[in-house]
Amino acid sequence: MSGARHAPGRAWVYGDGIDTDLMAPSAYLNKPQDEVSQHCMEAVDPQFARAVGPGDVFVAGENLGIGSSREQAPYNLLTLGIRCVLAKSYGRIFYRNALNIGLPALVCGSTDKINKGDALEVDPVEGRVKNLTTGETLECDPLPSHLVAMIEDGGLIPHLKKKLAKQRGV
Amino acid sequence: MSRTLSEKIIARAAGRESVRPGEIVTCKVDLAMMHDLSGPQRQGPRLDAIGVDVWDPERVVIIKDHFVTESDADSLRIQEITRECVHEKGIRRFHDNDGICHVVLPEAGYLRPGMFLVGGDSHSPTAGAFGCFMIGIGATDLAGVLATGEIWVRVPQTIKVDVTQALRPGVAAKDVILSLCHRIGINGANYQVVEFTGSAVRAMAVDERMVLTNMSAELGAKTAMIAPDDKCLAWLRGAGVDAADGNTWQSDADAVYAESLEIDAFELSPQVAGPHSPENALPVDAHAGTPVDQAYLGACTGAKLDDLRMAAEIVKGLKVAKGTRFYVAPSSYKIRNQASAEGILEVLESAGATLLPTGCGACIGLGPARLGAAEVGISSTSRNFRGRMGHPDSRTYLGSAYTVAASAVIGAISDPRELLA
Repeated sequence: MSGARHAPGRAWVYGDGIDTDLMAPSAYLNKPQDEVSQHCMEAVDPQFARAVGPGDVFVAGENLGIGSSREQAPYNLLTLGIRCVLAKSYGRIFYRNALNIGLPALVCGSTDKINKGDALEVDPVEGRVKNLTTGETLECDPLPSHLVAMIEDGGLIPHLKKKLAKQRGV
Repeated sequence: MSRTLSEKIIARAAGRESVRPGEIVTCKVDLAMMHDLSGPQRQGPRLDAIGVDVWDPERVVIIKDHFVTESDADSLRIQEITRECVHEKGIRRFHDNDGICHVVLPEAGYLRPGMFLVGGDSHSPTAGAFGCFMIGIGATDLAGVLATGEIWVRVPQTIKVDVTQALRPGVAAKDVILSLCHRIGINGANYQVVEFTGSAVRAMAVDERMVLTNMSAELGAKTAMIAPDDKCLAWLRGAGVDAADGNTWQSDADAVYAESLEIDAFELSPQVAGPHSPENALPVDAHAGTPVDQAYLGACTGAKLDDLRMAAEIVKGLKVAKGTRFYVAPSSYKIRNQASAEGILEVLESAGATLLPTGCGACIGLGPARLGAAEVGISSTSRNFRGRMGHPDSRTYLGSAYTVAASAVIGAISDPRELLA
């Protein structure tokens, strides 16, 4: 994605304390990924998995992703088409997991200004969200500088692959 | 020097003289732990994608604990992949149904003070009770560690929690950590280390200290620490670990803390966290009388030997209330055997408890103790998030082993001190 601005996506907006059990219910964790993702958020929004589409943006309040280390939480969002996550704060493992799988997770203090269905244009490297519906521009903390290259490579696995290949080549 | 214990361990692992909070450093990992859910089934494809093998099979521990008795095709497949990987990669430190990873890790003698570890599970801070710096990470981060033996960390600040005075009878470490969840909130220590100190912590058995570090995950902490002392080293000796110099790993007297909190243990009453968050903890009176369909003693948090002893102390000579199920799933087989030898299992079963296999079980909604729709449970586990222990409309309360056992015999949430009197 080379740091480019994402094409606009629709906002899916939730509140504080969306935990990993809501995003990846444990009863389905032994199932194949496509099946697990169908249960994402079902306890609070049964429509989500069916209605979310490619390029959409997941928006939450405080403490998004508290709880388990299960990577299926951000992976379900990615599988369902979510392109970027915005929240006021994160559970630390969820935050690392999201970035590691190539899903930009931005710290955005003003997610209250986003309504469900708003069209958002996000630049994850600059840390800027343009709300095309309201016309507002929201500032986020920019991605940590040591992680920009990893995000640009699409996550930790492709990043390491590239790095190790380079080392071997030298 | 003015350094905290965790800063010292990070500096050692990063090959540095010292580190400061906020710095990003790369650490060499002494040991990487994973279980059947975070382990081989997710790691294999990732390592293949990177095109490398495990950096050092001797520094990897695999503990199968999530899928223990599940026999559906999907769970069996995960168990098979786990065993195949262990064989193929030559991982000698493999535990097949010996117990829950955070309890088996110290029991098997893998921990010694000053180690830097990662675990593919959020309750990895448990190892902090042994003076280890252990962080929970997800599957891709773990693959990165398996490929390189290294991980980047931002050096965390440390919050000091001084637990003063002494706990009163019927009050346990679980009540300390639940009250802290309420006080600073579910993510109140986000990215920080919580270091527990004070006379009440020193007086605690190691099993109890592990409850404090374990549930620091519920504070959002990166990890938790308790400086090693003679009690800790004696426990480790019992596990075959000679760490005579282990108590050299201490925070300096003039270490700089982000914040210092005090909890007066003597003033603390049993705590119960209402649905659907550990931060909803209040003194037991706030929830007393709420009828429970099920009481569950289990998980890495709440079914170690001391928990089983507490429960037995409460239910001895009593019966589980009609209409309430009481399940006990010891945290490891070693604990189960010790409890059997002490006659504790007999006390619990005579009271009407049903013994379940050792494993993560109902804490993650697996096994026969899943709560049905509209059911209410009380549990000695760590998380009562919506739907975690069963149906999304079920409700889970959290409490100590004392409180769970008292609620089982009364059939409603109860103050255990009334049964100890």
